[in-house]
Amino acid sequence: MTAVQTTAATRDALGPTLVRLQQSGAVDLVVVDADLGKSTTSRKFKDVYPERFFTFGVAEQNMISAAGGFASLGYTVFASSFAVFVEHAFDQLRMSIAQPRLNVKVVASHGGVSTGEDGASAQSIEDIALFSSLPTFKVGVPADVVEAEAMIEAAAKDSGPWYIRTGRPKIPVLYTDGPRYQIGKADTLREGGDLTIVACGLLVERALRAADVLAAEGVSARVLNMATIRPLDVDALEAAARETGAIVVAEEHLVHTGLGAMVAQALATRHPVPMEFVGIPDRYGESGTWDQVLEIMGLTSQGVADAARKVMARKRR
Amino acid sequence: MVTVAQTDLQSRTRRIRRHIVNMVYGAKSGHIGGSMSSTEILTVLYDRILKHDPANPAWAERDRFIMSKGHCTPLQYAILAEFGYIPVEELSTFRQKGSRLQGHSVLGKPAGVENSAGSLGMGLSFGLGIRLGMRLRGQENHVYVLMGDGEQQEGQVWEAAMAAAHHHVDHLVALIDRNGIQNDDFTKNTMDSAPLEDKYRAFGWDVRTDVDGHDLAAVEAALTWARDVRGKPACVIFNTTKGKGVSFMENNPNFHGAPPTDEEYVRAMEELPA
Ligand SMILES: Cc1ncc(C[n+]2csc(CCOP(=O)(O)OP(=O)(O)O)c2C)c(N)n1
Repeated sequence: MTAVQTTAATRDALGPTLVRLQQSGAVDLVVVDADLGKSTTSRKFKDVYPERFFTFGVAEQNMISAAGGFASLGYTVFASSFAVFVEHAFDQLRMSIAQPRLNVKVVASHGGVSTGEDGASAQSIEDIALFSSLPTFKVGVPADVVEAEAMIEAAAKDSGPWYIRTGRPKIPVLYTDGPRYQIGKADTLREGGDLTIVACGLLVERALRAADVLAAEGVSARVLNMATIRPLDVDALEAAARETGAIVVAEEHLVHTGLGAMVAQALATRHPVPMEFVGIPDRYGESGTWDQVLEIMGLTSQGVADAARKVMARKRR
Repeated sequence: MVTVAQTDLQSRTRRIRRHIVNMVYGAKSGHIGGSMSSTEILTVLYDRILKHDPANPAWAERDRFIMSKGHCTPLQYAILAEFGYIPVEELSTFRQKGSRLQGHSVLGKPAGVENSAGSLGMGLSFGLGIRLGMRLRGQENHVYVLMGDGEQQEGQVWEAAMAAAHHHVDHLVALIDRNGIQNDDFTKNTMDSAPLEDKYRAFGWDVRTDVDGHDLAAVEAALTWARDVRGKPACVIFNTTKGKGVSFMENNPNFHGAPPTDEEYVRAMEELPA
């Protein structure tokens, strides 16, 4: 990795990407908002296409059902808010979008505990579980702003419902040479033969740093960026399990209901191997700077490396 | 005075009520009460007001009917059969394995069902999104949303009511079936939403209220009025009788969602002229 890293928040991808997509003529967009368009950056779309931008006030349930209505006419609809506030409209997501399989893309910012100072109420630690529980929804968590942009574009051009979680903190840009995102495909960021670290979101960069530490200890870790959580790249997981024999999953989500749980379920039927999980323990967050709260939760490169050592010990047994 | 055209409408409502009872009796489950109270409203809407083409349900220039009280599928499917969207024989598959006719509305099943429902309170929002999308395209079509009076207790209804007025949406019509009964009990005992008309007016809607929801001429006049309101959304509040048409079901909270027994079925069909 390069010595000097540029950083950016994944949420910053939304507004500019939507403008670019509408300008390209490839999609017929409508953007709906519930009074957080500045934070999610969707309001940048309003500056260019005010007639295609609809405010619903602080009323997420109405916004989500109305998004379904727009989509039933053939529009590609982007709805955004903070992740915790789209959770406010779960039944509306289910009835007005998921079940009729309408073309609505929910791009929610401030996912995870890295929302920081606002504390527990603003920290979405359950969004992946909720959206993954909806048949027909695709679910993605980009690892950096470049991937976020690519994922938003892929979702816009794909048919059916999507959930994309973006984040508030400025995190290192990994894909400096351009995006490699493909729907439903894991991206191998580092080859390795002793174990595989499967990560999403800001844990991908932390996993790469953990792999550096492990390499110094003589352990070769493969790192998979699992940016699409639904549909899960089960083939890449099976290959990793067969070829490396141990798996660590790292995510900024409740550990018992997120990516790790889904990876474990997939591998249980394909090729079970020792696994360890790095995620938010069974608790709510608290205030602090974003990296402090991540540290409280154990979501650090150190935490990932510890899990890797643990799984290696079990593998050797 | 009853015109020839109204006789025609009357025979439609009679057939539809018999379909409703047959479907719920056959399925041994389903919602008769709220289907019977909205029968005239939907029959007049589909016959006289709604721009639609049963032979081409995907017609881009069609108006949209949104069933927000998605438990009233016996009425919705009977209407679709009566107006030629589906064969009448299909109604006997209601709520059964393999049928398109699920217990609550599912978008596209069959074509002519424009939204998924069953969780109350969402239809007005969904219809609002459709109408805003039509307006963005310069399309003049209408969106009609049918809700129950119990359903008015859902907060989302008022989010949608506020937003529709804020966005100066017209060609959006809320139809409220005020039968005074919800699932467990009378609405006034459960959570009284009165005065409903004042609430909608205060939210910026044009309202016509106390319309006799079983008088075909009155229903047609009210729907015509609502269709022509401009500059704001329109709301029609119909006073109706839950279970209308079968004496022992009328105004009886027990016939919200329970099927008739064998004996009740026979009595009901005797009371509903063919
Ligand atoms: C969100 C939600 N909560 C509860 C129910 C269960 N439920 C089905 S019908 C009903 C009562 C509806 O009363 P009303 O809106 O007056 O309908 P109508 O009398 O016209 O059938 C209830 C509570 C539901 N369908 N959706």
